[in-house]
Amino acid sequence: MIPRYQRILFVILLLAALVMAGVLLHLRQRAHQRLLAGEDSSPTKAPEVAPAEQSTLLVANDADGSLLVQARSLPLPADPSARARVLIGNLLDLYASPGAAHPVSGGAAGVAQVFLLPVPGTKNSDQQLAVVNLTSNFAASHPSGLETETLTVLSICGTLRANLPKVTEVRFLVDGQQRPNLAGHADLTRTYLTADAVPTGGSSQ
Amino acid sequence: MRWSKALSGWVSPISHGRLGWDRGRSAALLCAFALALPATAQAPPAPAPRFVVVIDAAHGGDDAGGRLASGQMEKAVTLALSVRLRSLLAARGISVATTRESDATIDPNRRAEIANHAKAEACLSLHATETGSGIHLFTSSLPPAPATRFVAWKTAQGPWVNRSLALAGAMNSAMLHAGFTVTISRTALIAVDSMACPALAVEVAPARASDGTVTAEPDDANYQATVATALATALLEWRMEGRQP
Repeated sequence: MIPRYQRILFVILLLAALVMAGVLLHLRQRAHQRLLAGEDSSPTKAPEVAPAEQSTLLVANDADGSLLVQARSLPLPADPSARARVLIGNLLDLYASPGAAHPVSGGAAGVAQVFLLPVPGTKNSDQQLAVVNLTSNFAASHPSGLETETLTVLSICGTLRANLPKVTEVRFLVDGQQRPNLAGHADLTRTYLTADAVPTGGSSQ
Repeated sequence: MRWSKALSGWVSPISHGRLGWDRGRSAALLCAFALALPATAQAPPAPAPRFVVVIDAAHGGDDAGGRLASGQMEKAVTLALSVRLRSLLAARGISVATTRESDATIDPNRRAEIANHAKAEACLSLHATETGSGIHLFTSSLPPAPATRFVAWKTAQGPWVNRSLALAGAMNSAMLHAGFTVTISRTALIAVDSMACPALAVEVAPARASDGTVTAEPDDANYQATVATALATALLEWRMEGRQP
């Protein structure tokens, strides 16, 4: 048998807990409203548009297996890694456009990140290793074939070399992981030398 | 008993002490042998070195490769071409080793192992694609390396790169002569990079007219027969080149 005074005390404590919970919720809501009221979401700074620069893309052509030099004027960020990503994105956009000589779907979204690192094992050297992280969607939608995969890899290497001369080596990842090949053929476990990606065709604007 | 009698017949001339007669007969035999010696002492002509070709039908089993416009998978096309080429080469007296004879999954390293055990004069990795046109020839993109006693597995092709480029040249001229459009390039392919022999990846693309329309798909039987014949001709020329002093 619970004594009467204990039951009264329990009811009082329960009521107090409920009142305190209510007050807490009320205070939280007021704080949230005060925060929203103080936040100014109106734009205060115009977005910076990088000036267009002359850049060079090495564009693959399936018909004759060539890499064609194509000069383009593109707004490029100052940061080399971001710059490399934009360049590769533009290259992949060309491949995704209708009537492309080297059709690959996916476009710029196919490259997730590009990291530039010092070449391992070299001291006091300016040489850089580019780690290109492609998306699995891009790899899955890439046409399977020795020539088409090789051309994609070489055109990326060549474009990096043409615009970022310090990049001498390139490694490829897919969704941040090493993958045996791109779409069944081109070996993605090895390090590619950008010097191997030389244009084999003419040039165009 | 019979065996013992027969044996006693062989050993009896010595064991029964009739050495005089036997000595005379032995001398006659020796003279005859000596007379015959000049004729037999001449070394027989050395047999021609065995010319072995390794044919690697790429993909297979779980690895279907690319899909062609006809819906055919690359693994089936490469196997069919491998069988055709093997028959043509065998008919011309060339020893052939293949990496697969059925729809089986073969690891790229296992393919290189087969090629390296065969000590081949030419190793061809056969592929098929829907992009491009004609025949795509690929050599390893590894830099040429000096031959050493021990070679790293992943770069075993290094010392053979120059020979592989020469094979690509021979293959190119034979293919052009047969009327194919040919592109030569270099690539990184795990199986080829580990092969210690003159090695090429041969990718068969559709035959196209000048306006780009497809005139024959890689799985077309007549087209495959033409490709296989041209490859066999190229390998015969390669064998002749290798035997020239």
